[in-house]
Amino acid sequence: MIAIVDYGVGNIRAFANIYSSLGISFKIASKLSDFDSVTKIILPGVGAFDYAMSRLHLSGLRDKLNELVLERKMPVLGVCVGMQMLARSSEEGTLSGLGWIDGEVKKFDSSLLNQGLNIPHMGWNNIVLSKYNKITKDLETAPRFYFLHSYYFCCSCADDVVAITEYGDKFASVVNSDNVYGIQCHPEKSHNNGITLLKNFWEL
Amino acid sequence: MLYPRIIPCLLVKNKGLVKTVKFREPKYVGDPINAVRIFNEKKVDELIVLDIDATEQDREPDYRMIENLAIECRMPLCYGGGIKTFEQASNIFSLGVEKIAVSSSAVNNPQLISQISAQVGSQSMVVVLDVKKSFSGYDIYISNGRKKVNRNLIEFVVELQELGIGELVINSIDIDGVMKGYDLYLVELLRKIVRVPLTIMGGAGSLTDIGALINRFGIIGAAAGSLFVFKGKYKAVLINYPTSREKELLIAENALFL
Repeated sequence: MIAIVDYGVGNIRAFANIYSSLGISFKIASKLSDFDSVTKIILPGVGAFDYAMSRLHLSGLRDKLNELVLERKMPVLGVCVGMQMLARSSEEGTLSGLGWIDGEVKKFDSSLLNQGLNIPHMGWNNIVLSKYNKITKDLETAPRFYFLHSYYFCCSCADDVVAITEYGDKFASVVNSDNVYGIQCHPEKSHNNGITLLKNFWEL
Repeated sequence: MLYPRIIPCLLVKNKGLVKTVKFREPKYVGDPINAVRIFNEKKVDELIVLDIDATEQDREPDYRMIENLAIECRMPLCYGGGIKTFEQASNIFSLGVEKIAVSSSAVNNPQLISQISAQVGSQSMVVVLDVKKSFSGYDIYISNGRKKVNRNLIEFVVELQELGIGELVINSIDIDGVMKGYDLYLVELLRKIVRVPLTIMGGAGSLTDIGALINRFGIIGAAAGSLFVFKGKYKAVLINYPTSREKELLIAENALFL
């Protein structure tokens, strides 16, 4: 069963809706006991980094998540700000991140404006696979996903980058280290490719 | 690379979908949830839903409806209508909406924008400005086009950007529902100063009109109401949207920068 972490931030229902239509069992998890019999975790996130981190802290689930992810090596997928929370820190805030993947979150450089690119990065963009990973299998060719963000994940270890996206410069749009996965775009709002990716995560 | 966005905009009145002409004569065009289901099938880029009664009736946003829309939507959803407080905005985000839009509140309580943007992130903070051509330029209106705002459009847009908006939607009142093309002069004017994603609404009557907008401005949001809810010269109600192939061609023909 997949736990979709509900800490008051992010689009929980959209994930639930997709898993429900795929016939995959899931649970919206907001308290410790919700994690019994769970085998995978989705960490959604919308909003500012500190806001999301403090909400996660207040939810009382942080220790439980650390235990499941770091000790029991349960697969976890962080989405959007949920992905950024996997990092050690973010330029968007002062709180520290979960530190599950070595990296930090940076703001898009305002020099993008000179190239006619706006911030936030908003809309449909391609992800380009850097290497094979089970989470990105069976996607359409030149797959497009929906992005909505002003900050991006900067991996310390190049090997953790699964896919990149180009917006002025290139940034990591899908990352993976061991049992920890992160995606910057919104698979729950990206039609077929998003559904495929969420299905892949379940099948890991 | 990033693609231009082609966005249906749905107007809600008395829980039903309507389409207006120049912000008047709301014509019933169907049920919102049903429309979202069809737009899911058609794989639209994103969706804007505006409740045009909420502010007028001075009532809370219809959370039940918003939740149902958000659950159904397989694409990003932007909701606007009746949002006056941070708590309301926060409630709406928790229902699974990616972006919220304000108009009247942007004029009456600009601090709301900085508050939402600080807590929830500017990427989700959208302002919709309804504008009408005037003798000297363009005037901003609120309350469904009935109340003129005494602000200079350009100055106000600059101020909104400083407050932390993540997207600006410009809606042309004079050509709403007219279906003869966007006001490209207005876009030109705004493009020079807008640093956030810009979405243009009002006037689109064909894919050619959308093509013309993309051709001139590249990565931009092209929103339309009538075009995606009416079909044919008698304007029969029929939810429609270009197929992936049509969209590809439209972008390939016009977006020479890609």
